Amino acid sequence: MNTNLEKNNALFEYLLRLGDTSLILGHRIAEWCGHAPILEEDIALTNISLDHIGQARLLLDYAGKIEGKGRNEDTLAYHRDARQFRNLLMAEQPNGDFGDTMVRQFLVSVYNFPLYSALSKSADAELAAIAAKSVKEVAYHVRHSSDWLIRLGDGTTESHEKVQQSINDLLIYVDDFFNGDEVDALLVGQNIAPDLNAIRALWNETVQLTMVKAGLVIPQVNSAMRTGSRKGNHTEYLGYILAEMQFLPRAYPDAEWL
Amino acid sequence: MTDTSDISHIRNLLTQVQDPEVPVLTIADLGILRDVALIDGTYEIKITPTFTGCPAMKAIEENIAEVLVENGIQNFKVRMVMSPAWTTDWISELGREKLRKYGIAPPSQSTEEHLKAILTGKNKAVACPFCGAVNTRLTSAFGSTACKALHYCDNCHQPFEEFKCH
Repeated sequence: MNTNLEKNNALFEYLLRLGDTSLILGHRIAEWCGHAPILEEDIALTNISLDHIGQARLLLDYAGKIEGKGRNEDTLAYHRDARQFRNLLMAEQPNGDFGDTMVRQFLVSVYNFPLYSALSKSADAELAAIAAKSVKEVAYHVRHSSDWLIRLGDGTTESHEKVQQSINDLLIYVDDFFNGDEVDALLVGQNIAPDLNAIRALWNETVQLTMVKAGLVIPQVNSAMRTGSRKGNHTEYLGYILAEMQFLPRAYPDAEWL
Repeated sequence: MTDTSDISHIRNLLTQVQDPEVPVLTIADLGILRDVALIDGTYEIKITPTFTGCPAMKAIEENIAEVLVENGIQNFKVRMVMSPAWTTDWISELGREKLRKYGIAPPSQSTEEHLKAILTGKNKAVACPFCGAVNTRLTSAFGSTACKALHYCDNCHQPFEEFKCH
């Protein structure tokens, strides 16, 4: 097989993984709009959502160009089914209570930070530029979610117990972050993507540090870790998100923003 | 007219295009306007996006087209370039001064320094755009637009916005 074609196919897949994770997480956080506990938090959550959706637009737009079949950010976002989505399973998990949302955000953001930092030095100049821009926004997400984790973990008995439970519940989706496949391997070999083992080490370090500050623990996971996002195997929640997100462009395919 | 004087004419025209969210700033002050070039008889206007989710980018593209068409220039296209990634370090001295006068504190640090400060939680106090005091505190890292954070001045007792380092 033509190696350039192989590289392009891998890059397309990789961009979908990054872009879909941003899109689905951004959509999830947007569900908080008007429901956050205080006004400042409502503004913070919608800002974080906007960052994710902005990143998704750039990544999916670039994915469409790499694929070269005339699909753009909108076609990719609105006209694919669940099995064609490549977002991390963590991103599609329900908002739950405020602590669940913050733990989900924290676990993803401390993964995104070393990932996008490394990608900003990618051999692919366009991906490097998107990552360099995104990492500055991700830093705010890390800070915001870490602050809340510490505040809830080191808060009242009830807040501590609830946020510890959120961690216990969400931890089964963490292996999915690092479960690299042939796409990752090919792009690591070309210095386009970073080695996931290195990202995992950085992720562990930040999570440990924050957990100690928050007085929380990382429990032993007894149930099976859920993986499969790289092959489009999702949890039941993604279909419901897509049903809502894709309704309008599917029902009115020619609808345009005016 | 020669091509180069055409290009500087277009550049001059484009310095009128304002940021729709912060109307004291032009796209030149912000460093969004990257290049104007003549390629095969078409003027290519290169701009770069600021914050990834900034909804003002579409308006800026439209405003550029409007200014050029009003001035009788039809053969152009606006192209979005990603690399190198925009940073608030590119905001001009004039732009920073305009921001301060408008009541928004300009970005207080270089992006590099700022990234470290955000992660460690050790942000420097931002000078108040009204009284200049540094006796201020961050009230929220997220504000009314993607590019702004909220602060409070303990000297003149005014809340104020900061254009975030990016």
